[in-house]
Amino acid sequence: MADEREIVLRIENLTKSFGDNVVIDGLDLEVRAGEVIVVIGPSGCGKSTLLRCINGLEEIQGGRILLDDQEVDGRSKNIAQIRQKLGMVFQSYDLFPHKTIIENVTLSPIVVQKRPKEEAIAEGEALLERVGLLDKRDDYPRQLSGGQKQRVTIARALAMQPEIMLLDEITAALDPEMVHEVLDVILDLAREGKTMIIVTHEMSFARAVADRVIFLEGGHIVEEGIPELFFTNPKTERAREFLHTFEFTAVRSHTVEE
Amino acid sequence: MDFGAMVDYLPLFEQAMWLTLRIGWIGILGSLVIGLVVAMITHYKIPVLYQISLFYIELYRNTPLLIQLFFMYFALPRVLGVGIDAEACGMLGLALLGGAYMAESFRSGLEAVEPIQTESALSLGMTKAQVMRYVVLPQAVSLSVQSFVANIIFLLKETSVFSAISLMDLMFVAKDLIGLYYNTTECLVLLVIFYLIIILPVSILGTVVERKLRYGAFGS
Repeated sequence: MADEREIVLRIENLTKSFGDNVVIDGLDLEVRAGEVIVVIGPSGCGKSTLLRCINGLEEIQGGRILLDDQEVDGRSKNIAQIRQKLGMVFQSYDLFPHKTIIENVTLSPIVVQKRPKEEAIAEGEALLERVGLLDKRDDYPRQLSGGQKQRVTIARALAMQPEIMLLDEITAALDPEMVHEVLDVILDLAREGKTMIIVTHEMSFARAVADRVIFLEGGHIVEEGIPELFFTNPKTERAREFLHTFEFTAVRSHTVEE
Repeated sequence: MDFGAMVDYLPLFEQAMWLTLRIGWIGILGSLVIGLVVAMITHYKIPVLYQISLFYIELYRNTPLLIQLFFMYFALPRVLGVGIDAEACGMLGLALLGGAYMAESFRSGLEAVEPIQTESALSLGMTKAQVMRYVVLPQAVSLSVQSFVANIIFLLKETSVFSAISLMDLMFVAKDLIGLYYNTTECLVLLVIFYLIIILPVSILGTVVERKLRYGAFGS
C-alpha cells in the first residue's frame, strides 16, 4: 500500500564522523507528514547525533538532508530559518534560567518570528495550559520539577509552530514518576498528527506512539518496521538481542507458603 | 587628635571626594564598555583583534596603574605633540586598566554558560547574535556580578594614585594638608573615612544585586 502523504524530510546517504570515528554511515531516511518515527538502538549507535544533524547542530561529512526540499546545512545563512521548522527538545530540560516560564515560551516567537507580544503571550499561555502548567506562568525554571521543566521545553518548541518535532531522549534524565506526565504530552501530539522523530529508551512508549520504528546500530538502519511487528517479532538477530536487554528473568523462584 | 582641624578640613576632602567619584564612575563605565567589547572579541576569536586584545589584557593587568598614567600623561604628549587633560587622563587610564579586568570577568562568565543553552536557543531559530543578546550574555553577566563588584572596588581604590598626575583627589588633599600643617593623624583618619564613604555603598549594593541575580547559580 503506497503512502500518499507528502515527504517532508529526506535524508540521503548521510555520513557523520568525529575524527576517525564514523557515527552515522550512509543513512537514508524519508519522513512523511504526520508520521511518528521512533529511533531506538544501543548507546553510541548515532541516534542523538542523527537528530543533531537534522537540526544542523553537527557538521556532516557526506550526504544531504532536505527539509521541504531545502538543504539543511549548519554553516549556511538560512539555517536559523530552517531551524524554526524543527522543534528540538533535548534530554537536559535546558530552559533559560534567567527568564520566567512564559518568557521562555514566548522569547523566540517574539524575537525571531517578530510576532506581536500580546499574540505570542496568548499563544504561549494556551500551550502552557495544554501541558498543564499555566499556573507556573510567572515562576522561574528553578522552581519547577524536572518533569515540569521538560513539559515547558516542549511547549517552548511548539510555540515556534514547527513542522517536525525532534525529541532526543527527553525522559532519560527524569525521575521515573515524572516520565509519564511528559510522555502523555507527546502521545497527545501524536494523536493530533504532529510529525515527530523520537529517540527514546522507553520501549512501551515507543510501541504506543510509533508509526514506524527504526533500529539503529553502528550508524546504519539495521531494521525498520511497524511497531506491532518490530516489538513482537523482530526480523534481525541484533534487534532481538537488543529488545531482550529490556527484559529481566527472575533470579529466585518464589515459593508461597501457607 | 585635633577635631577642630578635622572639621576645618572637611570641605576640602568633600571637594576631593567628588573629583574621585567623577573620575571613578566615568572610568568604571568606560571599563565596562571596553571589557564587553574585548570579551566579545576574545569569545569569538576575531582574527588580529583577538591577538591585540590578548596583548592589551596582559599589558594592562601586569603593569602598575601609576606607570600607565605616567606614560599617558607625560610620555604620550611628547610623542603625539598634544597634551592630555589630567582629568581625562585619569578617566581613560582607569577605563583602560579596568577594561582589562572587566574583559576577563565577562569572559569567565561567558565560558560558564552551558553550551546546551546556546544549542537550544539555536534550535529555536535564533541567529548567533540573538543567542548572545537574549540568552548567553544575560546569564554571563549574572554569573560575573561578583567579580564586577570586586573590580569596581579595586578601581575605586586605585584612584588614590591620581595625585601623581596632579589631580586634586583625596590622596592629594591629604598629602597637601599634611605638608602644610603636620596634622598627619587627622588627615589620614579623614582619608580612610572618605574612602569608606565612597566604597562601602558599592560593596553593599553589590551584595544586594548579586543576590537578586542569583538565578544563574541555581541551575535551570
